[in-house]
Amino acid sequence: MTAEGSVVEVVLESDLRNVEVAEEITRRVSGTAGFTEDDQHKIDMAVHETLINAIWHGNKNDPSKHVWLRYEIFRDRLEIRVRDQGNGYDPASVPDPLKDENVLNVSGRGIFLIRTFMDEYRVENQAGQGTEVILVKRLNSNNSGDQSRREVP
Amino acid sequence: MSMKATLRQVNSVTVVDVSGRITLGEGCTQLRELVREQLGKGNKNLLLNLADVTYIDSSGIGELVSGYTTVSNQGGKLKLLNLTKKVHDLLQITKLYTVFDIHDDEAKAIGSFEKTES
Repeated sequence: MTAEGSVVEVVLESDLRNVEVAEEITRRVSGTAGFTEDDQHKIDMAVHETLINAIWHGNKNDPSKHVWLRYEIFRDRLEIRVRDQGNGYDPASVPDPLKDENVLNVSGRGIFLIRTFMDEYRVENQAGQGTEVILVKRLNSNNSGDQSRREVP
Repeated sequence: MSMKATLRQVNSVTVVDVSGRITLGEGCTQLRELVREQLGKGNKNLLLNLADVTYIDSSGIGELVSGYTTVSNQGGKLKLLNLTKKVHDLLQITKLYTVFDIHDDEAKAIGSFEKTES
């Protein structure tokens, strides 16, 4: 892991045990960025769900494949990028888990939770280079002091 | 910390004290096997005490739904006890709060199974 100014980059093997490692890093970074405990948990969950998608669905749980995480703290927001080596997916193809006919489905809530907890969620499928998910959480205006050069512990 | 489950029998109800993480992988698998095992033994009234659950993800929520439907399909009842704020909030935003029978008092929760039986 490197911490240079307001950027943290991590490379993880595709192993579900690494999800907890990413959660810990996410909590530290989001705490440093100035988010409340409640928002830290939301960001943590969004990263957890994104990473599960990357490892399980993207990299098919293949330990020889990797997931890249990049956290960047801006004055007004935290931007997180999660890239896998999979073939990508269309988030619009996932059925709405809140529809009556889907409420009792066993799966299909991960992307819904990510969208609920983050301000922005984008998926960029890069031909031959995997899939990159971009998550953005904005700081509340009363938290928007100069946080552009915070050092991550 | 992975998921741990301790079972107690109170009258006709199997109380499962769950602690740790209910997440994709070990936690979800353990919960699924536990429900199947109890149904296999004829224990169809399950009360999951989630007070010490530290983390639940979308797969964990799915596993609760799966347990609920599996038990219901076999003529039993799966109810939830002592939700943490995080689990409570997740069930609300996923519209599952009204699906489950949720309690915060164990004695009343146990009683609710008996009322249904009579």
